[in-house]
Amino acid sequence: MSMIVTRESERQGLTHIGARTVKKDAAALLAGKPLYTNDIVPADVLTLKILHSPHAFARIVDIDTSRACKVPGVVAVYTYKDVPNKRFTLAGQSYPEASPYDRLILDEVVRYVGDEVAIVAAETEDAADRALKLIKVDYDVMEPVLDFTQAKGNPIVIHTEDNYHVNGAWINNDRMHNVVASGLSEHGDLEAAFAECDIVVDETYHTLADAQAMMETFRSFAEIDAYGRITVTSSTQVPFHVRRMVANALDIPQSRVRVVKPRIGGGFGAKQTGCNEIFCAFVTAKTGRPSKIIYTREETLASSNSRHEMQLHVRLGAKNDGTIVAIDLYTLSNQGAYGEHGPTTVGLSGHKSLPLYNHAKASRFAFDVVYSNTMPAGAYRGYGATQGLFAVESAVNELADRLGMDPCEIRLKNLVTPGERLAQYDDNELYSCNAADCLRRAMEMIGWADKPLRQDLGDRVRGLGVALSMQGSAIAKIDIGSVDLRVEETGFYTLSIGATDMGTGCDTILAQFAAEALRCDTDRIVVHGVDTDVSPFDTGSYASASTYLTGMAVLKAAEQLIAELRRRAAGFMGVDVNDVLFDGDTMLAFAPGTLEVPTDGDKPEFSGIYDDVEAIARSYHLAQAAPDAEPVAQMSLIELANKLVAGGDGDCLTAHAAASSPTSPPPFMSGIAEVDVDKATGKVSVVDYVSVVDCGTVVNENLARVQAEGGIGQGIGMALTEDVQYSDTGRMRTRSFMTYKVPTRLDLPNIRVEFAPSYEPTGPFGAKSIGEVVINTPSPAIASAVAHATGNYVRTLPITPEKALFGE
Amino acid sequence: MSGNLIDVAVVLNGKKVTASVAPDQSLLAFVRDHGCKSVKCACETTNCGLCTVWLDGRAVLSCAVPMVRANGHEVTTLEGLQAESADFARCMAEEGAEQCGFCSPGLIMNVLAMEREIRDRSVAQGIEPAMPTEDDMNAYLAGNLCRCTGYTSQRRAIRRYMESRFGAASDDAPVRAGEGE
Repeated sequence: MSMIVTRESERQGLTHIGARTVKKDAAALLAGKPLYTNDIVPADVLTLKILHSPHAFARIVDIDTSRACKVPGVVAVYTYKDVPNKRFTLAGQSYPEASPYDRLILDEVVRYVGDEVAIVAAETEDAADRALKLIKVDYDVMEPVLDFTQAKGNPIVIHTEDNYHVNGAWINNDRMHNVVASGLSEHGDLEAAFAECDIVVDETYHTLADAQAMMETFRSFAEIDAYGRITVTSSTQVPFHVRRMVANALDIPQSRVRVVKPRIGGGFGAKQTGCNEIFCAFVTAKTGRPSKIIYTREETLASSNSRHEMQLHVRLGAKNDGTIVAIDLYTLSNQGAYGEHGPTTVGLSGHKSLPLYNHAKASRFAFDVVYSNTMPAGAYRGYGATQGLFAVESAVNELADRLGMDPCEIRLKNLVTPGERLAQYDDNELYSCNAADCLRRAMEMIGWADKPLRQDLGDRVRGLGVALSMQGSAIAKIDIGSVDLRVEETGFYTLSIGATDMGTGCDTILAQFAAEALRCDTDRIVVHGVDTDVSPFDTGSYASASTYLTGMAVLKAAEQLIAELRRRAAGFMGVDVNDVLFDGDTMLAFAPGTLEVPTDGDKPEFSGIYDDVEAIARSYHLAQAAPDAEPVAQMSLIELANKLVAGGDGDCLTAHAAASSPTSPPPFMSGIAEVDVDKATGKVSVVDYVSVVDCGTVVNENLARVQAEGGIGQGIGMALTEDVQYSDTGRMRTRSFMTYKVPTRLDLPNIRVEFAPSYEPTGPFGAKSIGEVVINTPSPAIASAVAHATGNYVRTLPITPEKALFGE
Repeated sequence: MSGNLIDVAVVLNGKKVTASVAPDQSLLAFVRDHGCKSVKCACETTNCGLCTVWLDGRAVLSCAVPMVRANGHEVTTLEGLQAESADFARCMAEEGAEQCGFCSPGLIMNVLAMEREIRDRSVAQGIEPAMPTEDDMNAYLAGNLCRCTGYTSQRRAIRRYMESRFGAASDDAPVRAGEGE
């Protein structure tokens, strides 16, 4: 594996990187143009509806669809008897997926309230709704496992099917004991380290299965193309993974499936898991007719996927002076009924929390992921790190309070610094880290030095609380981002990407990278994505990957394209390629010796992450300003492009480049919450929230800021109001926005965000990620602020008024 | 569906549209069926604000208006306010506040309704229209959910837009993100 390494000096003089470039699709989105999945369905489309299980765990003894089929307008009703008996996973992960193959399109056994029992295909929604009510199902209702803390080793086993499949032994799957995955990573002598400690905080924290609650619910449609292939248009973050899922589920070759991603109304990880694509693809394959499936909000909340509920036991040992010596974390993760993202999410609860306190002499991180008869968990922004950081950061806050230390002071004393090898992060070296600056600046912003942690304001008490966060940037050695960059007639460029803009703006950000490298306006970069038939493979937009990874692929492709353009221009002009410079508009040839030829001596200092990684210096043949010397010949890009593309010298130039990374550089972030707790009602109001982010080089200040503000907004919802509840028979109670309360604009203060950019040498122009790190600070910061205000340490989210006022 | 179909006639974005529909068909379904795809559905429980349209010039949640009630009235969607919404759309775009864009049309309809209401009220009271306060704006728009932005960038865009219409309030100097907020 080779990688490009960039230098901090390059950050000076960037034009497009760091600009507040308006999103390329902004005008169309704000004009309300029909660009989303449900806006572009084919005319004669069948409407699909799903019959969901009313039982948490049951076997279908008999299912009678005869009356439903007779409803006028109903075309077909499908049950488990109609689908291929081949198991697959809906997890959008690189093949071979870490998640178990434990699903069928429809199964004889239903494993949670909301599980799919039958698919109705009808000409109208009305007909489909009427048919749903006429399907008669005889269930053998079984006792469910609803309490995930009782799942491991429970005599009730949730997955006993004989064609269950796991892709790797490292997952430690033990499904006959309801264990999806388990693991352990340790460094140092833990018991010896604890023996040195003066104080140990030993607490258990609990986070819920929050809903991602993107505004556009799950939806997709399928149709058959001129070649008899199935085209699925889906609101998804992972088009290429959906192609694999659909092929696996229908048991057809992947070559028979095409997946198209239009504009997406938000994802937040929800759409990193497949949802209803398999249903429309299946019906279209069966009927030959186009079909669409639009999930309701209720289905999206109660019959799809959510964050993993986790119970986290932390033992945090320290000296009386606040030095953290030992950390022991055990995470129990509730997978729900099917195994999507189970083995991987849990890892982040330790690997993206413990490295903040990398100086600890010893640490241990152990976990179990267990099935239960609740809605399956999947991916949600933060992906386990959110849960882990709530626990570890809360424990650090409790440690500070018990020692009578300032909670910021204790962090500055223990915080990880650049250059360290991270014991709980695959021993990766940390190249860029401004975590301490993030914290210090946030303290200034809120006026930390002049504010008490608790202030009595009469009818309410004001509290201050702090937390830090880290995440990764793409999955090391697994994720891949690739692009095709093509020069077009008249010298504009087409940038074809497999990365998935879901509203975050990656189409625009990747155009900014291309414009920077090619020294042109972003308007000259036409971005296209994603259609699996034409876009280059990309694992998709998740794991905070697009900016860091696909951004690097853009730089590599631009370098290749420029090298080829220079070579062709040199040929036309009859000069040596080393004497040709591209300034963005013109290929300029200079007298030999005028231009500096990059050499190996140009290589930045860099110590390898792994011995087998060769860090290569950028060749510095991006487009660049011309020297003062007079050129001896020149050729405009327009002329060159016209000659190559449309002229008799026809040779359309396309550069293809892929990027993957041996490391996943963490972004860092601080968050300080100032909250008021009403003395009479216990209501917690966030009155101020400040945050400073180190995402490496900020690529688009507006979009980075909105990522941070939006992530914090979601985090505040998780901390205070998003209270997932189940009945004692396993039916989710919070199945609408009436009962599942996402923050409104009355619930959020103006969130104040600043940046403290480090420079990540393995990132494009020094960039790391920002998409996920931003959701992790509110829960621990607000919990600590409430504790300071009321003395009650709330360790089970959300922090309801009752818990704030009376404790748990 | 309940009952027989009824004939309805509405003026949709200035054009008369007639159709036979179920009396309880929602205005939301109706306008989407008639090409107004900017109107979105995100909750079915009148909580999200994405389906906001104007009924006789007043903002309503189209998911909660049955066609029997809309019959004979004037309906306006974002498709019919392209020119009028351009300035606010620009403010949103310049803040990156649209993000996924799915909730934007509903928000735009309600922001323009607020602006209109401020003008109408000031005319009725015979006073100069004034810049709404931050609390006014939050309260008026509370029913417009957004999951991407945390609302802060939207507030910047809304404030900038309202200032361009009503002038800055004296105690509320205009600011952009990162410039003294």
